Amino acid sequence: MEEKNIQGRRNFFRKSLAAGLMSAGGLSVLNGCTKETSEGGEKIKVMTTDGRLVEVDSTSLKSVSTEPAVGAEARKGIPGRKFVMVIDLGRCKNAGACTTSCQKGHDLAADQDWMKILLLRNTKETEPYWFPKPCFHCDNPPCVKVCPVDATFKRDDGIVLVDNDRCIGCKFCMSACPYSARIFNWEDPPESEIEDVEYSPETSVPAKVGTIGKCDFCPDLSRKGELPHCVTGCPNGAIYFGDANEDAVSNGEEMVRLQTLLTDRSAYRHLEELGTEPRVYYLPPTERMFPYERGLEGLSEEEMALYDDIL
Amino acid sequence: MENSVFDQLLAKFKDPISKPSSSWWILLVAMLMIIAVGLFALIQQIVHGHIVTGMRDHVVWGVFIVNFIFFLGIGYAGAILAGIFHLTRLQWAKPLHRIAVWFSLIGLCVGPIFIFLCVGRLDRIHYLFTHARIQSPITWDVMAILTNLILVSTYLYIAHIRDFAKLRDTDVFDLPKWKRKLYNKLALNYRGTHEQNHRLNRAQNGLAATMIPAAIVADSLLAWLFGMSLRPGWHSTLFAPEFILVAIYSGVALLIVLMWFYRRKYQLDNLMTNQHFQYAGYLLLLLCLGFAYFTLSEYITEWYNINETHERWLDKFLTIGEFGIMSFAAIGFAIVIPLIILIIPRFRNAGSITVVSGLILIGLWLKRYLIIVPTLETPHLPIQDIRPEYVNYQATWVEWSLSLAGFALGVVLLLLLNYLAPSIPVADIERDDEIVVPKPFYKTSNE
Repeated sequence: MEEKNIQGRRNFFRKSLAAGLMSAGGLSVLNGCTKETSEGGEKIKVMTTDGRLVEVDSTSLKSVSTEPAVGAEARKGIPGRKFVMVIDLGRCKNAGACTTSCQKGHDLAADQDWMKILLLRNTKETEPYWFPKPCFHCDNPPCVKVCPVDATFKRDDGIVLVDNDRCIGCKFCMSACPYSARIFNWEDPPESEIEDVEYSPETSVPAKVGTIGKCDFCPDLSRKGELPHCVTGCPNGAIYFGDANEDAVSNGEEMVRLQTLLTDRSAYRHLEELGTEPRVYYLPPTERMFPYERGLEGLSEEEMALYDDIL
Repeated sequence: MENSVFDQLLAKFKDPISKPSSSWWILLVAMLMIIAVGLFALIQQIVHGHIVTGMRDHVVWGVFIVNFIFFLGIGYAGAILAGIFHLTRLQWAKPLHRIAVWFSLIGLCVGPIFIFLCVGRLDRIHYLFTHARIQSPITWDVMAILTNLILVSTYLYIAHIRDFAKLRDTDVFDLPKWKRKLYNKLALNYRGTHEQNHRLNRAQNGLAATMIPAAIVADSLLAWLFGMSLRPGWHSTLFAPEFILVAIYSGVALLIVLMWFYRRKYQLDNLMTNQHFQYAGYLLLLLCLGFAYFTLSEYITEWYNINETHERWLDKFLTIGEFGIMSFAAIGFAIVIPLIILIIPRFRNAGSITVVSGLILIGLWLKRYLIIVPTLETPHLPIQDIRPEYVNYQATWVEWSLSLAGFALGVVLLLLLNYLAPSIPVADIERDDEIVVPKPFYKTSNE
């Protein structure tokens, strides 16, 4: 049975029957599939959320909403998904496009970095490398553990979100996060172009003063079958995003098998020893597209000073 | 009614119980003015957001949480000291009992205000109850603080009943009518019967015996707010015991300072003798050695930690441009100077012990600052930010004025408690029918 499931999944993957992962958010789902239907529509193969491949009548298919979930629905997660991100450190040259497109997508101020690019260096003998840092959406999230009011939560699809209608702004999650992934709204958010949108934890828009914000893995885009802002923003395809259940990730240019990518490129997770089980993997900068110095070009003296300890 | 020695004692508290002196009023108004400035700062913080403070994305809490720990430490220490004084029936400590209960209540009232100041959405503070999650150390702390607040205020009331009755009946000074009525209500018809005393004692015993472990648990929970996070400098099993020791250390120091103040103000030299200061000094010395031991354990184990983030953390305490001066000040005020003064008998007298206690209080406030800020400035991943205020914490005028307002509120509460009852349990001492003073361990030549 298990074997069949895997086989089914592979077939599914190969045929890309449902037009691949990226349309998955908007993928049609079964409508009343338990009923025997006699209408003579075309039979279509689809995979259920538990990984079984089933055949259904095309007339019993109905589209799910592509609107971001609100309220209790936003706490559940997109059924059957396990979102995952893989960042290829060899492709990052500190272009900063991930940060800016994220800021644009989430209506953030220019100094609010949900996606932050750091310059790291493991040893004095090894080359520095640029390190884009989103929220790691840990499977064992220290931030969620300490939240006193259930304002930040782990969903079934692996995403850790913040409900800024619930958040009391105690900042305990910020002090608990070992990766400094969380940002506080210290003052009223700047005047927004996006007006009168209903708040959803999936869009994180609009921000509210006195609450926490952070990278949300853009579940609202996943619902529409699109990739997160940082992925599409990156000019070098350094960031892959996808679904571990489907074993597929994409950087917007190519879709690859997650397991193959992780194995072939010796992926690791940052500060694995803390036991937080991040959902963000890093590929060591083995095949560099650019020397790290490219990321230093055009930086002001002030910005260069940030890396004094590293360089 | 004859004017017994105890009535004379009560008469000393004419100011402020019967008629507050002008100095009482001046102090009250001055403190209220400081609080008013604090309220103005609070309005700034609420209107403009936390941007007006020095807190930023790395140092998410600053002097507010330092004050939170400081005041709660005093609150828990007062409860522990009062409980021990009561349960051991240490007769010469009786005149100190009420001071300990008072600052316990004050610490537990003022401390939580500072955690509210750390909260970005005060309008949702009730979510702590309506959406409480038991996994969160904050929920533990909410429960612990409330439990202790209820215990200490009940204990405080019970411990005052005999004095309320004495004040109801006294003719050593005039009381406003409303105040006489208030004492009549508060005294719960206490007439000093055997049955009433028996019940009061039982209630006080039970509360004292509950208060001590409750305070120890609550102070441990306070430590675990930090100890449960994975940060270098916080994630330490040493934290809870260290917090408790530091709290009691600060409590004894405060007790000495207040004892000196009350002795001077009310000429209580027969109740608070130099020997009281000597004994409190011994206790202080013991706690000082304990604090030195904890400090050494904390830093020396980190010194052998070769993890890079831990090394960066420890370096900050030794670097003059970072926290070097502050850590040397904390160690100087709370370890080195107290040791010199308290060990050498020639240096040890009521005045010097009081000055040392004041220094200890400052040193232990700095110690709390050193627990919070350097750790928050040293996350696992380096801070690469061109905004200097996001890299290094610097408290703003808003935080300083609110901090001062917190201390002023503490003084106001003390003044009000003074207005309500004498700072020594007169009726309790009267029941012993004698004033017991501590004797020195050995006879000195001039005695």
